Amino acid sequence: MANPARGYNAHLERRMRVLLEPCRSAGTAIITNMGAANPRAAAERTIDIARGLGLKGLKIACIEGDDVTDSVSRSTPLMDEPGTLADIDMPIVGMNAYLGVEALPALEDQADVIVGGRLADPSMFVAPLVHRFGWSLDNTTQLGAGTLVGHLMECGMQVTGGYFADPGIKFVPDLARCGYPIAEVAHDGSAVITKLSGTGGRVSPVTVKEQLLYEVHDPARYLTPDVTADFSRVRIDAVGPDRARVAGAAGSKGPADLKVTVGFDGGVLAEAGVSYAGPGAQDRGRLAAEIVGERLRQVHGYGGAVRIDLIGTSSLFATAIRTTTSATEDVRLNVALRSRSREIAETVLWEVEAFLCCGPAGGGGFRGSIVPSVITRSVLISRDRVKPSMEIFEA
Amino acid sequence: VKKQSGNLPRIVRDIAHARASDKGNTSNISVWVYDPADFELLKSKVTTERLKQTYPDLVRGDVERYVLEHLHGLNLVLQDALEGGVNSSLNLDSHGKSWSYLILRLELRESSAKRRHPLSSGALTPSGMGMDRRSSAERG
Repeated sequence: MANPARGYNAHLERRMRVLLEPCRSAGTAIITNMGAANPRAAAERTIDIARGLGLKGLKIACIEGDDVTDSVSRSTPLMDEPGTLADIDMPIVGMNAYLGVEALPALEDQADVIVGGRLADPSMFVAPLVHRFGWSLDNTTQLGAGTLVGHLMECGMQVTGGYFADPGIKFVPDLARCGYPIAEVAHDGSAVITKLSGTGGRVSPVTVKEQLLYEVHDPARYLTPDVTADFSRVRIDAVGPDRARVAGAAGSKGPADLKVTVGFDGGVLAEAGVSYAGPGAQDRGRLAAEIVGERLRQVHGYGGAVRIDLIGTSSLFATAIRTTTSATEDVRLNVALRSRSREIAETVLWEVEAFLCCGPAGGGGFRGSIVPSVITRSVLISRDRVKPSMEIFEA
Repeated sequence: VKKQSGNLPRIVRDIAHARASDKGNTSNISVWVYDPADFELLKSKVTTERLKQTYPDLVRGDVERYVLEHLHGLNLVLQDALEGGVNSSLNLDSHGKSWSYLILRLELRESSAKRRHPLSSGALTPSGMGMDRRSSAERG
């Protein structure tokens, strides 16, 4: 890590300053992954903030053990493609295993704030349900039900009308003030998904359905560190304005292995764009696209992947749909490549900026950026080789 | 949610809504009809075969389709369909979040030898059904 005092979520300080006092007053525990690559530093920073706010005695737990860099061999097979880690020709920058209900011991020790880095998203909701209801970690039906609740909550407003509106067809009131979700969970794990009154957004079986299968493949086998959850027989019913009841999730034993995200130093992502408007804009944009492709390959000898889009004519769907009938008079050339070479990255920006004086007529609005690029792959690690640990600090 | 009134539905978006998400280089898109009466039509038009035929350059791997009969939804799982995935793709939308509209833009009355109005036929032989994966619970 470049700086051992950082590596946690950039929003941590601002959020803790706002939340610590009201949550302590209400007796609400905070469970968060804002520790990211450095939960310990995040916990230490949170203690400083708590002390600054006069919250003496606030208990802050730090959950570590997801860093498995020393436990995974380079001969480990890749999850989603043939080959092993050794076949990826880039320096490894980190290996982190997804953890499950590891917030549980900290809840039992009455921590006010629990900071992890790689707790599986639904597990951050399953842990307090297990704690409060006294569920057994062997009861896969309850863990499946809790996982459904966590799964619906983990993307925040994606269940309360966020990411849903499609004007003329799907209406969401006051999306600018969309409310965050609340799950009212019963002992059997069924739950009512709702949101604060007076907020925007909407909760209905329709918004809940769209989130039910988000990042899910087989609805009957959703793997988490805690359980193999079964969402295939879930019932979703409207039970009042902005209230949808979910029930019927089940589960079976969790997977023997845990998923590990391996990050590689992928060099940089370079992107550069310039726009054309008015009559003939598409033809001028296409000419610019041809020129930059030709110059990168023939003048600069670049043989790697480069993406050249014409936003307004063909960009997001450029691979899927070859022909378009767009009649727009406002297009933007966007050029992107990844490289380990800073030089070729800077060349992309310079070539596109050069269109302002020596490309097709009327090009304007150059922007360019070069940002670090971390490439990831997934591997599996045997559960017994991951040793989560928890430590509590007091403000 | 209001259904478009008057005109016959033209594209999938007229009868269904959808959301796309990603894991690695695999895209999954769930598609849900507003009106359960349209579910057979959806199943007959949004098939694994049709997706592979319509988007061959994008969808490079297998396509699986899970059916949630009681919720009137399909879950389409498209392998090797994200141009490398979120950290590798050079697409502006490297998550493929907009892929939901690749489904919703599909015509309901595509010119095909198998064309038949499912609401009036009752006997459906939709293409691609053979590739369906029932969720394991339903299969068991």
